Amino acid sequence: MSLSKITAKAQDLRTAFEATGAQAVECAVLQPAATLLDLYGEDIRTRAYVTYDPVAGEVMLRPDFTVPVVQMHMAEGAEPARYTYAGKVFRRQEEHPERASEYVQVGYEVFDRSDPDAADAEVFALFFNTLAPYGLRAVTGDIGILMAAVEGLGLSGRRRAALQRHIWRPRRFRALLERFAGQAQVPPSRAALLAAVDPMAGAGPLIGMRSQMEISQRIEALREDAQEPALSGELVALVEALLKVSESCPYALERLRDIAVDLPAISPAVERFSRRCDALEARGVDVGALGFEASYGRSSMEYYDGFVFGFVEPFRPDWPVVASGGRYDALTRQLGQGREIPAVGGVIRPGLLCELEAAT
Amino acid sequence: MSVKLGVPSKGRLMEKTFDWFGARGVGLARTGSEREYSGEVQGLDGMELVLLSAGEIPRELAAGRIHLGVTGTDLVQEKLAQWDQKVAPLAELGFGHADLIIAVPQCWVDVDTLDDLDAAASAFRARHGFRMRIATKYHRLVRDYLHRGGVADYQLVDSQGATEGTVKNLTAEAIADITSTGETLRANHLKVLCEEPVLRSQATLFRSRTAPLSDAERETLRDLLDRMSLE
Repeated sequence: MSLSKITAKAQDLRTAFEATGAQAVECAVLQPAATLLDLYGEDIRTRAYVTYDPVAGEVMLRPDFTVPVVQMHMAEGAEPARYTYAGKVFRRQEEHPERASEYVQVGYEVFDRSDPDAADAEVFALFFNTLAPYGLRAVTGDIGILMAAVEGLGLSGRRRAALQRHIWRPRRFRALLERFAGQAQVPPSRAALLAAVDPMAGAGPLIGMRSQMEISQRIEALREDAQEPALSGELVALVEALLKVSESCPYALERLRDIAVDLPAISPAVERFSRRCDALEARGVDVGALGFEASYGRSSMEYYDGFVFGFVEPFRPDWPVVASGGRYDALTRQLGQGREIPAVGGVIRPGLLCELEAAT
Repeated sequence: MSVKLGVPSKGRLMEKTFDWFGARGVGLARTGSEREYSGEVQGLDGMELVLLSAGEIPRELAAGRIHLGVTGTDLVQEKLAQWDQKVAPLAELGFGHADLIIAVPQCWVDVDTLDDLDAAASAFRARHGFRMRIATKYHRLVRDYLHRGGVADYQLVDSQGATEGTVKNLTAEAIADITSTGETLRANHLKVLCEEPVLRSQATLFRSRTAPLSDAERETLRDLLDRMSLE
């Protein structure tokens, strides 16, 4: 596929997004690595190209536009705002060398506090209509429902924080749930530590920056944790049932409302999903035929904390998603230095659209 | 052209590799002066011995510039993305054993598992304002291991030597390094996590999957492997 064809396609998409009222923006290719490393941790190094600037230190070839667009908006943007952009992003592909490591993305981002459900529907409907000719399968989800469930399990603040921190690491999340439910074996080292009269006996000299006080505080926290009642098996089962919900939107809504009877903390998030369905329908999306997967978007290294969506090519299981997006309110808080704003957006890969056009 | 065998150029690793081949009827020897990096394969025509740094052997195998090479599993897996598509292990040589492990200060009595390490890293970041530093030269292997173990809030800092000293010098909170007996770790007041190591490594004979072979070279390679009763 020729690059000029892809660039032309990207321009078409951006022009169409501008026609809906979005302002076109540009972002630097080289981004300071520290911001992205603070957000994603070391794992980003396996996904992004890190290089070194003699003055600025570690820099990254932008792995996406969302972070710089959020930074730009938080620094100087007027509210509400709608942005669009088109340009290359760069991703290392150690696991999938057959996939492109540089490709064009066209994005649309909405920063608007007036009606978040309507903003969700606006972004999805725009993508849905733009992609209608390509025969893609749309999937939606909502990370906010799982986050609400964690808040509603009646756990200590410490346990809640541990689960929220690992929402994006499904295996770790599951292991924590099992441990809190008393279903996992206590490692012998932990049992010995809790039983020790003087845990620091035989610890040797104190070396390193982690102080004795930090060690003692964690031992205290572990002792308190050992006293905390086990999470009931019913609640674990409810979380598992929630994560398994995978239906068309109306059935998923029904199923989630059933779960909310026993886990009322998720009700506000479920009702929000319901309002979003109404908003989508008002924009002409056939919600009855739209899929909803409660665990969608959880294992990808993204920043979404509410509505999420993706468009996949059903006959190309080897392909990455052709378009994806979601709500990222928390990201604006993290990058906003004290400010925050509800935000939702998504990106399309015009290169894959060109391939689909060439195949027909 | 000839079939090229890459062997570590220095020290005990080279001697033991020569012994291992010798015990299987293939004589390897250095030629020229003590300091000259050249060698030969005795009793087998069409073979060439290439003396290389053990750390460069993975790259040379992957590039197809040598057909066979002896190096550590750790180096192959650290340096080659999708290593198993580029090289194939033929035989473990039974020496050069070393485990790549994560070690923390012995005084961290509350940290023995990856679960502990993750919790300690989270608290450390909250208190100190930066991600817990783990010193290593095995970036890819360690990152992959910690990713699979669900550890967050850490950062890798590069350490190409004397890694065990970084904790005391306050340039890292923990380390990931190769150890065989654990003596250096103990001497530096560090302990190994009670988890499966990141990798169990030993000296291994690898075959390049990318090096082109002429018919004659293919024949030579088959002779060599037959003689050593290897597939």
